[in-house]
Amino acid sequence: MNPNEVKIKIDGVECVAKEGEYILNIARANGIFIPAICYISRCSPTLACRICLVEADGKRVYACNAKAKDGMDVTTSSEEILEERRAIMGVYDINHPLQCGVCDQSGECELQNYTLELGVDSQNYTIADCKRESTNFSSVLHYDPGLCIVCERCVTICKDMVGDNALSTGPRNGAELDKELKESMPKDAYAMWNKLQKSLIVPSDESGQTNCSDCGECLSVCPVGALVSRDFVYTSNAWELKRVPATCSHCSSGCQIFYETKPTSISDRSDKIYRVTNEWNYVSLCGAGRFGYDFENSGATKDEKQFTKAIKAFKEAKAIRFNSTITNEEAAMLQSLKKELGVKLINPEAKAFQSFLKDFENYRGESLYSGNYKEMMSESNFIISVGSALRHDNPNVRYTFNNIQKLNKGAGLYFHPVGDTLIESLGKNVTPIYHTPGLEEYALYLVLDLFASKDELPKETKNYLESFHKKATKTVQETIMEDVTETVVDEETGESKEVTKKKPKVVEKEVEYVANELASLLGAPEGFGDIFEKMVAKADNFSMVVGEDFYAHPRAENLAKLLAFIEQYTAIKIALIPPKTNSLGVALICDLDEKADGYTIGYNEAGDFRLSALGDGDLDMPALNQQEGTFTNMHKRVVPTNAALSYNGYELNDIMSALGLGEQLSIDWTSKLPTRKGFEALSFDALPNGFTNAGEELRGYMLKQKATKAKAFEVEKPDESYKLEGEIAYRCNPQRQFNDFTNRAHQIFEPFALYVSEAKAQTLGKKVKVEIDDVSLELPVEIDAKMSGDVVKVPDFLSSKEIYPLFNAGRFKQVKISEV
Amino acid sequence: MNEKQKYIMLDLGGTPLTPWCRFKRVVKRTFRIELFIGLWVTIREMFKTLFMGKSHTTKYPFEKMPIPPRYRAIHDMLRLLESGHYRCIGCGLCEKICISNCIAMETRYDENQRKEVSEYTINFGRCIFCGYCAEVCPELAIVHGARYETASEQRASFSLFEDMLTPIDRLKEQEEFAGYGAPTPWADKNIKKTPLAY
Ligand code: SF4
Ligand code: SF4
Ligand code: SF4
Ligand code: SF4
Ligand code: SF4
Ligand code: FES
Repeated sequence: MNPNEVKIKIDGVECVAKEGEYILNIARANGIFIPAICYISRCSPTLACRICLVEADGKRVYACNAKAKDGMDVTTSSEEILEERRAIMGVYDINHPLQCGVCDQSGECELQNYTLELGVDSQNYTIADCKRESTNFSSVLHYDPGLCIVCERCVTICKDMVGDNALSTGPRNGAELDKELKESMPKDAYAMWNKLQKSLIVPSDESGQTNCSDCGECLSVCPVGALVSRDFVYTSNAWELKRVPATCSHCSSGCQIFYETKPTSISDRSDKIYRVTNEWNYVSLCGAGRFGYDFENSGATKDEKQFTKAIKAFKEAKAIRFNSTITNEEAAMLQSLKKELGVKLINPEAKAFQSFLKDFENYRGESLYSGNYKEMMSESNFIISVGSALRHDNPNVRYTFNNIQKLNKGAGLYFHPVGDTLIESLGKNVTPIYHTPGLEEYALYLVLDLFASKDELPKETKNYLESFHKKATKTVQETIMEDVTETVVDEETGESKEVTKKKPKVVEKEVEYVANELASLLGAPEGFGDIFEKMVAKADNFSMVVGEDFYAHPRAENLAKLLAFIEQYTAIKIALIPPKTNSLGVALICDLDEKADGYTIGYNEAGDFRLSALGDGDLDMPALNQQEGTFTNMHKRVVPTNAALSYNGYELNDIMSALGLGEQLSIDWTSKLPTRKGFEALSFDALPNGFTNAGEELRGYMLKQKATKAKAFEVEKPDESYKLEGEIAYRCNPQRQFNDFTNRAHQIFEPFALYVSEAKAQTLGKKVKVEIDDVSLELPVEIDAKMSGDVVKVPDFLSSKEIYPLFNAGRFKQVKISEV
Repeated sequence: MNEKQKYIMLDLGGTPLTPWCRFKRVVKRTFRIELFIGLWVTIREMFKTLFMGKSHTTKYPFEKMPIPPRYRAIHDMLRLLESGHYRCIGCGLCEKICISNCIAMETRYDENQRKEVSEYTINFGRCIFCGYCAEVCPELAIVHGARYETASEQRASFSLFEDMLTPIDRLKEQEEFAGYGAPTPWADKNIKKTPLAY
């Protein structure tokens, strides 16, 4: 047995678990049922419901927050415990409106389930009800306080996982409990009721609106029908919906989702997606995944004329331009076209990522990257983010960053040129370093300086780092005890005498310290040295996430070297964030080309002949909710997705077949993904898509990582000539927008606009002209309330706007902005 | 013969061999006492109908039999007597329980924050008139009516919500349903009351 493993007995069943694990989680992992309402895995226990009461070694404890100790003996139910639980459920049922008949949660409601499970068949308690009215918390959230049981799950997930902290408990102004009940009622039920009578859920913001990320995680965790999406309210019973397990196709997190479908209407019996749900104990979605589901290419048919043209176009084509919102199978087909027909494959964003990944792999001597986001979330207590606008680029990396602060009592360093007040608010140990764009190399040198043991570093690097350490003096205020001599006159004798007393005095003192000029060069906050000391004090598990800013950086290769260097000389584990949904898959499967001339086929991109899943091309393609296939996500996992909606047009595989290169079905390509890149020769139908009760992910398979011979290298000094000053634009999408497909969804409202901080907006009008090199764009101005600083954000989610090339694949650019 | 089959041979008497024997058997089987009883009943009833005006025949379609409450014909959708609003709350239980999967409905969140039943239909081409929907309905909204004449140019003629709903001007004539799904006269006795002491 592992030294940090414990053995406990639950209802006589031997269970082995990690030390410090909660009893509830151990029971769940071993298939033992303990009722629990307020607990969410991966979040902190709140003890709001108290129904998870069990007996451990004869003492009453709450299973969701009692940690297992070796040899513990747990009983999950006894007459007394059941009595207590029944009373708790009874209390929840008081004044709960009898409207299961219309409630959206009916059939999957935990209040219904536990009321039945615990056999509450009569009501013993009563209290006057108070007026509670429905409101909308945001453009997507609908709250019916009448149904709310104040389990606080919504508050918990928003704080511990999402990080917006947009919900809290507020006053209910309910009637006071009869004091006598304290004696006569089971005590946990009384305590719970007492609290229940006093609270309801309100947005943390005084405006009564959440002004949040609109991720909808709060809706998904709500055990009753209190929090529901505004779009879904009263449109369908849960049991009428067919759940299609799939993978979200909007970003590289590749979250597991369920598309829930049912016929569109009585007259139109074709399926429609009504909502997206998730296994919220193990997966947390963002607003794009949850609300951006209706992007299907509907009404496509097999247009033979266009198909013939397509075949001609493919025979003629010199290049295929595509993006990374495609499946691995499609990527493999494109690669096969390259091999057989010699076309060039153009995908600039995946190309940049591919070269960066290749460099990084070469220098570190292993394929892919060492960091694993799941392990990070559960184990790391110090996280560094570089090169990514964490709030926008990848919601799940942001959740990881946040969860580390909240659950692992960790710390976080956030290097980025764009100010973000949400990231700052994630924890008191989060320190943002808002540096000038172009200084990313310095940021990595600072990381080296902070985390590497100096003696192991090559001399040159060591000297270089030390050249930044300057002795400096600073004035500190100190309280010292000072001898004060006073003359006191003795009242009785009239004699005066001198008495010496100690008195505190604040003095200013000059002290010497070592100033780190690297930190100040990057614009780290005042007194960074001390702040860092505090941050790192309790940390022992370090991780770092690297974003898209680095991939097409003019100094990308040196950045890759520096990262490999950091991995070699520090204990930091590094993980890359692939820029788009399947960038990692495309980077592994396709040999991408830099440039191409001549006749081009565009797949969801511009081209002479356009294949499009948006329905606006020369030949229709299925959208990703109409296709089976796999993605390679940032967790280095190959995950399957399924078709939720039917599609009657041609697929890429049909074109392949017509060219004599096809398989019978698209998913026959799954087993043909390149094994030398870490894929496995497994057929699509052999891939699972689920989680075990213990939270273990059984989705597809993990890519195999292979050791390679590390290339010798020397890191270069930073090149300051790429520093950007003046008016700067950052290529970055608003939250919930990732691509043309999210934009298509009717519940994603974020417009294509220039996003600026509130302060910056004061200096701009409603509409501005943005000049990037010699191209000028007219964009409306939108305030991003969580942005700070002067940099502006230009989105690139609409491929037709051709924003990506304007930034030369990079993300920062000097621009001229003028009011229109 | 297979040993295991164990056929039992019946003694049916001999098969008549000659035509004469066959004729004799026909006569014997035909002229039994039951024939004359039957004839007597017919003549008696004919006499009653013709001369005494006592008939057992309903003159359909001019005359219709009363339908007992438990008869299950085309559904009715009832209204609340007080407000006239339809009773159906859109809970979807009938849709779920329907054994032939022939009920479909659409609901939405309306302006008064209520669940509105925007469309409701029963496909009578598939309905087997089992009565489950009426039995499960918590609101006594869907019930079986007495409309058994279902010949029509189109099946769709009586399958929409409006077709089944009590016409608002005939609300007064709406009768409480006593068939499947109606509460029993002793239902009150089985209910535990919730305390409302305040
Ligand atoms: S809204 Fe739902 S999740 Fe939030 S406290 Fe109420 S019942 Fe719990
Ligand atoms: S939608 Fe997301 S961010 Fe907004 S309140 Fe709910 S959980 Fe929090
Ligand atoms: S967009 Fe990304 S984070 Fe959001 S649900 Fe989809 S995969 Fe998950
Ligand atoms: S009577 Fe039976 S078959 Fe007909 S609609 Fe009702 S439940 Fe369905
Ligand atoms: S069971 Fe009754 S109340 Fe529910 S949907 Fe059907 S008719 Fe309406
Ligand atoms: S689940 Fe443990 S107190 Fe609610």
